[in-house]
Amino acid sequence: MKYLTEYRNAELVHGVIEKIKDITTQHWTLMEICGGQTHSIIKNGLDQLLPSEIELVHGPGCPVCVTPLELIDKALAIAAKPDVIFTSYGDMLRVPGSQADLFSVRAQGGDVRVVYSPLDAVKLAQENPEKEVVFFAIGFETTAPANVMSVLHAHQLGIDNFSILVSHVRVPQAIEAILSSPHNRVQGFLAAGHVCAVMGYWEYIPLAEKYNIPMTITGFEPLDIVQGILTTVESLEAGTHDVNNAYIRAVTEKGNQSAQAVINKVFEECDRKWRGIGLIPGSGWRLKHAYSKYDAEKRFQVETIQAEESPLCISGLVLQGLKKPDQCEAFGTICTPENPLGATMVSDEGACAAYYRYRTQTPDSREIGS
Amino acid sequence: MTKKTPTIESPICAIPRKHSDKIVQGHGSGGKMMADLIKDVFYPPLANAALLAGDDAGVVEISEGVHLAISTDAHVVSPLFFPGGDIGKLSVCGTVNDVAMVGAKPLYLSASFILEEGLDISILEKVVNSMKEAADEADVQIICGDTKVVAHGEADGLYISTTGVGLLEPGLTIGGSQAKPGDQVIVSGSLGDHGIAVLEARGDLGFETKLESDIAPLNHLIRAMLSVSNEIHVLRDPTRGGAASALNEIANQSQVGILLNEGSIPVKPAVAAACEMLGFDPLYIANEGKLIAVVGPEDAPRILDVMRKTKYGKEAVVIGQIEESPPGRLLLKTGLGSTRIVDLLAGEMLPRIC
Repeated sequence: MKYLTEYRNAELVHGVIEKIKDITTQHWTLMEICGGQTHSIIKNGLDQLLPSEIELVHGPGCPVCVTPLELIDKALAIAAKPDVIFTSYGDMLRVPGSQADLFSVRAQGGDVRVVYSPLDAVKLAQENPEKEVVFFAIGFETTAPANVMSVLHAHQLGIDNFSILVSHVRVPQAIEAILSSPHNRVQGFLAAGHVCAVMGYWEYIPLAEKYNIPMTITGFEPLDIVQGILTTVESLEAGTHDVNNAYIRAVTEKGNQSAQAVINKVFEECDRKWRGIGLIPGSGWRLKHAYSKYDAEKRFQVETIQAEESPLCISGLVLQGLKKPDQCEAFGTICTPENPLGATMVSDEGACAAYYRYRTQTPDSREIGS
Repeated sequence: MTKKTPTIESPICAIPRKHSDKIVQGHGSGGKMMADLIKDVFYPPLANAALLAGDDAGVVEISEGVHLAISTDAHVVSPLFFPGGDIGKLSVCGTVNDVAMVGAKPLYLSASFILEEGLDISILEKVVNSMKEAADEADVQIICGDTKVVAHGEADGLYISTTGVGLLEPGLTIGGSQAKPGDQVIVSGSLGDHGIAVLEARGDLGFETKLESDIAPLNHLIRAMLSVSNEIHVLRDPTRGGAASALNEIANQSQVGILLNEGSIPVKPAVAAACEMLGFDPLYIANEGKLIAVVGPEDAPRILDVMRKTKYGKEAVVIGQIEESPPGRLLLKTGLGSTRIVDLLAGEMLPRIC
């Protein structure tokens, strides 16, 4: 496949890994922000091939994982209503709320459907005028353009039975939250290629400057990832804190400006709670007042539900890169993909699920960050 | 860290969802949830030696030296017609293959139909003719049946259950528990064609692949293999849950490790592309005309030769081997040289694929 097989070429990947080995003189801790990168690293066993001085810690960039429990409970309450068709990306169906998951709601008669695009949900609303169609609009900047387009599309077509339940989060604010933590030990970032394809990377330059930390915009195939690591290690070894772009086939500094324009038209910044991490100021998007009639939270008046996380689940520490999945005492014993305690074990992009699915052995556990 | 099972005090957590109180679609996925359902709900009250062997067909000795293989399969595929086949062909091939996978020669089938009120009889005729065609090719006869009609909305068009009976030659012990370290793992052709073809027919892909389902009766292919070797240890058709699930079952039943070589696994470019776009792994996609064979290493070349001369085994290839450890685990050597686990599917992937 064009643009895929080239980036999985073993010879090229090993060539870059050799270069990393050549230039690395000390231990470096890098965080890959995006769950898609975590998945690719573990699935391809890239961490097995890297020199032992390079430690990869896994970031909070899994939208399924960081969607707060309260919002999942709201989704479940809305989905259980008899006149609702609740639509979602497939991953969200298995994420446990405090009492149930969307699969359970469906098994008990709720009309829960998986869609590949929010525009399919708008189509459903058009085809089912007697129903309320709700789309679970979660994600980082990557999914925002499609989600806002669904609202604009519904608005344009005068469709009144469509709304979205929004839980949008943003990467730069999460990076800042990690860097400003007293426990931070991340020395360099692999920034998320798909997020930057939409937003560009201009927002990262002042962050790199402020915290004196190099960042590399990195793709998702094995060659992309090792190239991102090489570029970051080059900066670290040289003592610089540049923002480099190792994903030029998709990302420019300014990003996709038409996408940003529609996002800004429909969404505004807000504080957002992240599952496992807590509230990060300014880290979310919500619908602007002009589009509030498409806001499922307002439309359905679901009560705020206070929910408690498992004391056993350490997904918050995993999402901040402070612990690795296999340092959790529940990992692989009582917490497995078919019986997840936390969202990091549910989504394909969750670090715990990636470790569980692909790891051939449990590496020595080390306490990180204390 | 020492591995231990922690004691849990309430409140437990974000509530683990074991789905042990209600059926959800994941229970029909061919993966871990289905395996657990079989183990927890079906085995305890029904247990007997043939059932507990856990193979595609149950084998019983009905009189001295006469071994019967029986298998049954319900078909609920949606849509009823798709490129490369339909529910009728599927209902014959699925059961013929399950009987053949223990090494038996399939002879007779029964078929029961659940029909939804309002179904066009012309559709039913088309499906039945397709069953006849498939039965002729497989050289089996459908000798009894049953018909039930349910009210409109209580089924989706039609469902077909078939049961197949076959005779096993004396001395053959082919089954999931027979894999031995050193054995070679053969697949008869490209993986994932059926699942992606059905998805496309549903209009779920949003793009066209021109793929056809691989549905085929594999009993003649197996006859050909058995004619050249006594070292065929396991045969499995990787239907729901795909090759990954079938191989995990074998690793588990035989308590061996299985190591696949990613570079040798045959996948059509269209299947690979569709999987990339949808976030699927072809190893988990259903097949309806492919088999996996675990065979003695010395016989592997001979078996491959004879497979490649048959209609449904032209692209047969070795994709891995059986190892002593880790017992019960399926591993994959990636193209980059690293090794990873290929686990059983945790939940639902593609409902109503067969």
